[in-house]
Amino acid sequence: MTATTNAPASTRRDNVLLRFLRNPLGAIGLAIVLLVVLGAVLAPVLAPFGVTTADIANPFADPGGDHLLGTDSSGRDTWSRLLWASQLTLASAVLCAVVAIAIGLPSGLIAGYFGGPFDGVSSWSANALMSLPAIIVLLSVRSAVGPSVWVTMIVFGILLSPGYYRLTRTAVQSVRNELYVDAARVSGLSDARIISRHIISVVRAPIIIQTALIAGVAIAIQSGLEFLGLGNPSEPTWGAMLSEGFRNIYISPTLLLWPALAIGLTVGAFVLIGNALRDALEDLPKVRASRKATAAVAASGMTAGSLSGTASIAVEPEIAPTVSISTSSDPLPGVGELPAGDHLLEVRDLEIGYPAPDGGLTKVVQGVSFSIDRGEVLSIVGESGSGKSQTAFAVLGLLPSSARIVGGSIVIDDIQTVDTAAERILQKKVAPLRGRRISYIPQEPMSNLDPNYTIGHQLARPMVKLLGISRSEAKRRAIELLERVGIADPQRTFDSYPNEISGGMAQRVLIAGAVSCEPDLIIADEPTTALDVTVQAEVLDLLRRMRDELGVAILLVTHNFGVVADIADRVAVMQRGRLVEEGPVREILRDPRHPYTRTLLGSMLTGREPLTKLTEETTR
Amino acid sequence: MITYSLKRIASGIVLLAVICAAAYALLFVNGSSIARNIVGDQATEAQVEAKSIELGLDQPLPLRFLDWVGSALTGDLGRSWFGTLTVSDALTTRLPVTLALIGVAMLFVTLLATTIGTLAAVKRGWIDRAVQVGAVIGDAIPGFVLAVVLATVFAVQLGWFPAVSSIGPGAGADAWIASLTLPVIAIVLNYVTASAQQIRSAVIQQRDRDFVRTLRSRGLGESEILLKHVLRAAAPAGLTVLSLQFVGLLGGAVILERIFALPGIGQLAVTSTVSGDIPIVMGVVLYTVVIVVIVNLAVDLINGWLNPKVRVS
Amino acid sequence: MTEKLLQVDDLAVAYPRKGFRRGATEILHGVSFDIDQGKTLGVVGESGSGKTTIGRAILGLAPITRGTVTFDGVDITRAARSKRASLAADLQVVFQDPFSSLNPAMEIGQILAEPLEIQKVGPTESRARVAELLDRVGLPANAITRLPREFSGGQRQRIAIARALALRPKLIVCDEPVSALDLTTQARVLDLFLEIQQDLGVSYLFISHDLDVIRHISHEVAVLYRGDVVEHGRSTAVTADPQHPYTQRLLLASPLPDPDKQSERRALRARMAEDERLADVAGGDR
Repeated sequence: MTATTNAPASTRRDNVLLRFLRNPLGAIGLAIVLLVVLGAVLAPVLAPFGVTTADIANPFADPGGDHLLGTDSSGRDTWSRLLWASQLTLASAVLCAVVAIAIGLPSGLIAGYFGGPFDGVSSWSANALMSLPAIIVLLSVRSAVGPSVWVTMIVFGILLSPGYYRLTRTAVQSVRNELYVDAARVSGLSDARIISRHIISVVRAPIIIQTALIAGVAIAIQSGLEFLGLGNPSEPTWGAMLSEGFRNIYISPTLLLWPALAIGLTVGAFVLIGNALRDALEDLPKVRASRKATAAVAASGMTAGSLSGTASIAVEPEIAPTVSISTSSDPLPGVGELPAGDHLLEVRDLEIGYPAPDGGLTKVVQGVSFSIDRGEVLSIVGESGSGKSQTAFAVLGLLPSSARIVGGSIVIDDIQTVDTAAERILQKKVAPLRGRRISYIPQEPMSNLDPNYTIGHQLARPMVKLLGISRSEAKRRAIELLERVGIADPQRTFDSYPNEISGGMAQRVLIAGAVSCEPDLIIADEPTTALDVTVQAEVLDLLRRMRDELGVAILLVTHNFGVVADIADRVAVMQRGRLVEEGPVREILRDPRHPYTRTLLGSMLTGREPLTKLTEETTR
Repeated sequence: MITYSLKRIASGIVLLAVICAAAYALLFVNGSSIARNIVGDQATEAQVEAKSIELGLDQPLPLRFLDWVGSALTGDLGRSWFGTLTVSDALTTRLPVTLALIGVAMLFVTLLATTIGTLAAVKRGWIDRAVQVGAVIGDAIPGFVLAVVLATVFAVQLGWFPAVSSIGPGAGADAWIASLTLPVIAIVLNYVTASAQQIRSAVIQQRDRDFVRTLRSRGLGESEILLKHVLRAAAPAGLTVLSLQFVGLLGGAVILERIFALPGIGQLAVTSTVSGDIPIVMGVVLYTVVIVVIVNLAVDLINGWLNPKVRVS
Repeated sequence: MTEKLLQVDDLAVAYPRKGFRRGATEILHGVSFDIDQGKTLGVVGESGSGKTTIGRAILGLAPITRGTVTFDGVDITRAARSKRASLAADLQVVFQDPFSSLNPAMEIGQILAEPLEIQKVGPTESRARVAELLDRVGLPANAITRLPREFSGGQRQRIAIARALALRPKLIVCDEPVSALDLTTQARVLDLFLEIQQDLGVSYLFISHDLDVIRHISHEVAVLYRGDVVEHGRSTAVTADPQHPYTQRLLLASPLPDPDKQSERRALRARMAEDERLADVAGGDR
C-alpha cells in the first residue's frame, strides 16, 4: 500500500464526515453531546456549588438569583448537580460501550470467520443474553453486590455485547464467503491480515453507528435504575434527580423538568448521531447494490456504473451506456414493414424511461416495434442492458413502479394497455389479461416460487381464481399439468415445497404454471439461462411441445443464438434499447444485415478454429 | 416439525437451567453477609451464625441450589426473609397486574405496528415518511422519561387518570381500565414506531422478491399477494422485533410500575432488591425467565409453522 | 513424469456433513490429470459435477481426503498457509463472479498491489508493475485510483486477470471466468487469455460448463460427471467425436446457432434418448 493510493481513500472518509455534518439532525445531535461533554469536563469550573453543598434554609427555591435553576428538597443547587451528574452519566455510557465492544467484537470476528463449535456456543450465549430483560438482571446484580454504577454498567455492557457480536458475525460471514477473500488466501495472506485488511473495514461503520445508539441506551438504563432509587445516594445522577422531582411534583414541578430534559436531550442526541451516521454511510454507493444490479441488469437495463451515478471508463464497448442516443434513426431492415392486420400482440414505437438522478429521464427502450401472431415464437436477442427484458415486462405490465412509458403503444388482442397521458401501463387493462391471456416464465427458477407454499398450492390457486373451478378440480388439473411437463412423480411434487425440488424441476413447475390457464401468449424471460445445457435442451423441448399442443405464442427473451435457432420462428435483435434488425430466423442467423448482429454472431464459438483470436475480423 | 419443536423446547429448558444456576450463584454465594444483613448490624456473631444455619446458608452452594431446584419443581420457592409471605404467593398476586399491562400494550403495539408498517411499505408517501421520523423520535426519547411526562401532565396536572393505581386482586374492570390506560399509552407511544419501521422494511424487502412478480403474472390480485404471500414472508422479521420488544418490556415494566404506582412484580422486585430479600428476587428472576422462554418458544413455533424451510433445518 | 507442471493423482474431496449425523459428502471420487507447461486443460461439467471443487482443492480451499497434487515437482496436497504464500507466486486464480472477486472498498491499485506486497516487493517496483499489468490487460492507467464498481463485468474480469498475473505465475486456475459475461465481452476476454498464454507461456486449468468455450481455449479436455472424469483427451478429439455417452449427451444438448443444423442435432439427441430408454427397459426386464 503506497501513499498515493492511500490519499483518495481518506477523501472518501472525509466525504462521509461532511455528509454527516450537513445533515442538520446529526449536527444538532453532535452539538448537544459536545455541550454535555464540555459541561462534564468543566463542571469544577462551571458549577457554582459543590456536589453536596446544601442551602438548608432555601429548599425548593425557584429558578433565579443564586440558584440558576432553583434548589431541591434539601436546598442543593440544581444547576450544579446537573453538571456534576453529567460526569458520571457520560463515564458510565463510555464504560458500558467499551465493555460491550470488547466482548462482542472479537467474539463476533472469531465466530464469523472460523465458525465451528465456538460459533455454536457463542451464538447460543448471545441469544440467551439477548432474551434476558436487562433491568431484571441488573436488579439481581444490585441485590448481590450492592449499589455500584460501575458494576452495573459492566454487567449492562455484557448484556449489550450480543448486539455487537451479531453485527460483527453477520458482516464477517457475508464477507468470508466473498471470492476476494478466497483470492487473498490464494495469495498467501494470513488470517490476521485478511481480517484486518478485508474484514475490519466492513464492520467498522456499523460498529460506530451501534455505539452511538448503545451510548443512548446506556444512559437511559442507568438513569432508569437511579430513578428507581437503586443507585448510590451519595452520587448525584440525573435519574436520582428525576426521582426527587417526581416525588415532589406537587411542591415544585420544575424540579422534574431539568433532569428530564437532560436525559431526553442527551439520549436523543446520541440516537440522532447514530441515525445521521447511518444515512451518511448508506448514501455511499452501496457495495452490495452493484452486485444485485448484475442480476437486475437484464431487468432494469442499467449497468452498475450508471446505478451508482459514476461513469464507467469506456475502453471497450462492452458496457451498455443507457444515455439516450439521438432519435434520428435510419430505416432498419425488417423494422416497420410489419404486415398489417390483427396480431395477437402488437408493440409500436415503445419507449421506456426511468427518472435519472439529474432530474431527466434515462431511456432504456426506444422506438421498439414488433408483433406476434398466434402460435408463433418470436425471440428477442440482445446483451445485458439492451432493453430486451424491459420490453417483455412492459407487455406483462410488471415494470417497476418508477418506470415511465414515454411513448408508443402495446396492443394485446385489440386491448390497448398503455395510458399515454399518464406514461404508465394501465393495470386495469392488463391485470385481467395476466394468467388467462398472457403468462410469464421467469429466468431464475428457485427464487420465483414462494418458499412458504407447496408447489400444488401455487399451481392450483390461480386456476381456482381465474377459471372459477373447484379446488379438487384444480388439484386434478395441476397434477395432470405436472405430468405433462415431464415430472415423474406428480403427486409428490404437488405436495412438495420449492426447497425440496431441483432447479430443473422448478423450471418445469413454472412452465406448468404459465400454461395452466391456457394463455394465448407466454412471455419467457431467459427461461433456460440458469439451467445446465442438458436440462436446457429438455426445457426447450417442453416449450416446443406446449406450442405445438396448445397453439400458444411465445415471446422468448434470450442472449443465446443456439436457443433462438432451436425454437424461434422469427428473431428481433436489440442493442442499447433499440431494435436493430428483425426477421425470419433463417434469414437473420444466416445472412445478418446489421453490423451489430454480425458482431454478435461473430463472437460465437461454434464452428470456430480452436485457440484462435475471435474478435479481430468481426469488430475491427 | 416435531423434531424441530422438541429441539426448541430443549433449548428453552437449557436456557432456563443455565440462567437459574447463574442467578442463584450470584445471589446466594455470600452466605454470611446475607445472614448479617437480615439480623442487622447490632447482632452478635453467634446470632449471625444461627441465622445462617436456620436458612441453610452454611451448606455448600451446589447443594443448596439442588435443594432449591427440587423445591421449585414442586412449586415451592421458599419464603420471604422479611415477612411471612411465601415467594409464590407474593408473585402470584402481583403477576396478573404486570402481565395485563404488558399483554394489553403488546397487543396494541402489534396491531398498530403491523398496520402502520404495512401501509407505509405499500403506500409510501407521507405515511412512510411519518413512520421514519416517528421511529427516530421513538428511539430518541427514553420510555420512562416519556412516562414521567405523561403521568405529570395527564394524571397530576389534568387529573384525567388516577395518579395512584387502584388495581389489585378483586378490583373491578373500571379500576383496571382507568389504571392501565396511561401506562399502556406510554408503552405504545414508545414502542410502536420502532416496530412499525422494522415491519415496513421487511414488507418492502419481501415485495421486491422475484416470486411476488411471478404471482402477479399468474393473475392473482394485489391484496391476496400482500396478505397471503408478502406478509407471511415478512412475518419472521416482524415477530423477532416484537418478541425482543416484549422482553424489553418485562424490564421496562419495573420502572413503569413505579411511575404509575402499579402493584406488579416490578414493584416487588425493586422493594426486595433494596431490602435484600433474596428469595423474592430469585423468584422474580425465575418467573421472568420462564415467561421469556415461553414467548421465544411461541415465536419459534410460529416461525416454523409459517416457514417450511425453518422446520426442516 | 517430473516435467509436468501440475500433476493430480486420485484426488478426492469430501465436505463434512452438517448436523448430528456424522460422515462426509464426497464431491470428487478420485480424479487424475496433468497439465504441461504453457498448455491448457479444460474441465467441463454441469452443476454438481465437482468441477469448481477441483480448482478449489488445488488452490488449498477445499478439504482433500485422498490423492496427491504435485505442482512443479513439489507435493502441495496439504500445503500450510505459510507454504501457500510462497506458492502464490506460481499458482494463481481467476474466479467466475467478477463482482465478488474484487473487494468493493479497495482501489484497483491496492487490489493489484496486494499479492506483490505479500511477496515483499518494494513500493516503487510495485507501482511500476501495477501500471504494466493494467496495460497488459488493456485497461487505462488511471484505473489505479478507481473502485471496482466503476467498471463493467468484462473490465472487472480483466482486473482479476491482472491480479492473477501480478507475480508472473506458471499456472492460473480459471473457474468459469467468462460465464457471467455477455457474448461479445466473452469473446474479448477469451482472446486476452489466449494472448497472455502466447506471450507469457502460462498454463491454465480452465473450468467451464460450456463445451464451446472449453473446445476453443483448451489443448486437452477432461469431462467431469458427478465427481468422476468420464472422458479425457485431446480437445479436438473429445469435442468432435466424444466416446462416453455423457459427453455425447452434453455435446448434443448444446444448441447450434442454425435452425436446420440444430434440428438435426435435436433429432440425434431424441434418438439417443430413445435408445437409452429402451436399454433401460431392457435392463429392467433382466
